[in-house]
Amino acid sequence: MPDETKSPSSPPPEGEPKPTADQPAIPGGVKAAPSGSVQSETKTSPEKTAPVPATPAKPAAVAPAAPAAAKPAAPAAAKAAVPVPTPWDSPLVAKLKREYGSGIEPLTHLGQNYMVVDRSLIPEILQILRNEEKFDYCVDLTAVHYPKREKQFDVVWVLYSFPRNERIRVKTQIVDGETLPSSVPIWATANWLEREVFDMFGIKFDGHPDLKRILLPDGWKGYPLRKDYGILQQDNEWVQINLGIESGQ
Amino acid sequence: MTDPNSLSPLDLDTPDKTFLDANELVINMGPQHPATHGVLRVILRLDGEKVLGLECVIGYLHRGVEKIAENRTYTMFNPYVDRMDYVAAVSNGLGYCEAVEKLLSVEAPPRAQYIRVILTELNRIASHQLWLGTHALDIGAITPLFYTFRDREEILKIFEKYCGARLTTHAFRIGGLQYETYDGFEKDVRNFVSFVKPKIDEYEELLTTNRIWLERTKGVGVISGKDCIALGVTGPVLRASGVKWDIRKALPYANYKNFEFEIPTGLNGDTYDRYLVRMVEMRQALRIIEQAVEGIPEGPIIAKVPKVMKPPVGEVYHSIEAPKGELGYFIVSDGSTQPYRIRVRPPSFVNLQALDLMCRGQLVADVIAVIGTLDIVLGEVDR
Repeated sequence: MPDETKSPSSPPPEGEPKPTADQPAIPGGVKAAPSGSVQSETKTSPEKTAPVPATPAKPAAVAPAAPAAAKPAAPAAAKAAVPVPTPWDSPLVAKLKREYGSGIEPLTHLGQNYMVVDRSLIPEILQILRNEEKFDYCVDLTAVHYPKREKQFDVVWVLYSFPRNERIRVKTQIVDGETLPSSVPIWATANWLEREVFDMFGIKFDGHPDLKRILLPDGWKGYPLRKDYGILQQDNEWVQINLGIESGQ
Repeated sequence: MTDPNSLSPLDLDTPDKTFLDANELVINMGPQHPATHGVLRVILRLDGEKVLGLECVIGYLHRGVEKIAENRTYTMFNPYVDRMDYVAAVSNGLGYCEAVEKLLSVEAPPRAQYIRVILTELNRIASHQLWLGTHALDIGAITPLFYTFRDREEILKIFEKYCGARLTTHAFRIGGLQYETYDGFEKDVRNFVSFVKPKIDEYEELLTTNRIWLERTKGVGVISGKDCIALGVTGPVLRASGVKWDIRKALPYANYKNFEFEIPTGLNGDTYDRYLVRMVEMRQALRIIEQAVEGIPEGPIIAKVPKVMKPPVGEVYHSIEAPKGELGYFIVSDGSTQPYRIRVRPPSFVNLQALDLMCRGQLVADVIAVIGTLDIVLGEVDR
């Protein structure tokens, strides 16, 4: 219950610390890549692996950019006007709001409309959007992992309506292990998209006709697009048995 | 037409029958098969020569592009997108750059927009030429391959002169372009347009009324517009099924609204119509290029973007009309230098899902034709 009140009120990547104001010096610091990824990080962003010496080391690394240090001040001033999600008003939204009230939070951001929908309302809302509001094309279905949040996953449907020429996103939050109803009966295209979400995040869809891995091998363990899965991490056991080598790295 | 919602997964655990008295036969095609355009494995369930159903096994080329993106900065990830649909790398770059620009709330300057459109449309022609050559080769016509590859070379030469690379071009930067056009760029483009126009007629002479081509493509792999929409199929395949929809017109991006061009549509949704649609698309792309090359304005080629890109917290979905269909990028920013999540909505991946429906009731040889006509690139399917 407490998270229910929390979820509709906050903007997109809720629960995450907003890094705009606090230490911009350690940009990678807020990113969650706890394990296994250390080695690769060294190549890409040195300040990430060793956050403490980063501050003295940084001026050296970014020395050529030092004159530009004055510049960020100007964009920072402009950043005060950074676009933030604002309520989205339309007949469609008004109708859904009337029916479902606080379970839906319609927002618009960067000219794109989306609604954050309570998990329990998802089956009905998707049905209504497909059958009554003519969102006949499920463009994409994907998920985002926020390990620090209680409701760890955002699941996002990108929908498009041919008759209305309108694109919207529907977003919901679920906890790890929670299932979602499959939208294959609503949009046939969701079949492979749901399989990919299952493959990469381990989110299960109830009633999916054939929920199994799609890009990774069937016997693979782990869900690579979760934030706690390191970039060099792999299913060693699978690699050793099936490829006959010690490691894929 | 089968209802796409009623497609059931294949039962591959059919009891062992001896080869001779088996009514149904399950055979494997690929992943190493010259006609599957890469490492696509198809498990076919056959009744004699007739396809009862099939299942695609993909992922052989999976490189985890989306995971890589989370560990790179926005700028560093830019070259990676070229490696997804490697025959239309410029389109991939356009989609990615525009998505990040949207997140940063910047817009590429007009000059950059025009050059982007020219290069992207050139790439559309190159992609369609490669498709035509290999698709015809699969069906048994070997000559178009030589013709199309010869002419595609001219496009690749322009790319090479512009940015030094032929295929994985990395032509665009977030905010505009890295390079000013070389001396004679406009002349080269104009020459190419006048050079390739009669060549497209030449391809058509070889195939459009060719009896073998007609027999192999007419009525093969039919899919209705309604099924296309249900299965999320986009691009030339959707248009050949009679749905007049192109993101360049429906939700204009870059500066496509400044150009006049037609959206070709087919009537029957079969392999032949898809061929015709793509031929017209090549001509329409030339039309866009002609208009764009006349109107390139002077001015800067890159907008003011910070050296260290930190898009404000937020998420954006942006899609473009790639040669193969809707190519979308869903980017989530947490305000740091690295994207929190990038999801690529690949047209090939979603279109490939329709293969099962399109092949049911066809012959095994037609499966090859349908894989060809879907115009998939496995680098994009598997990412």
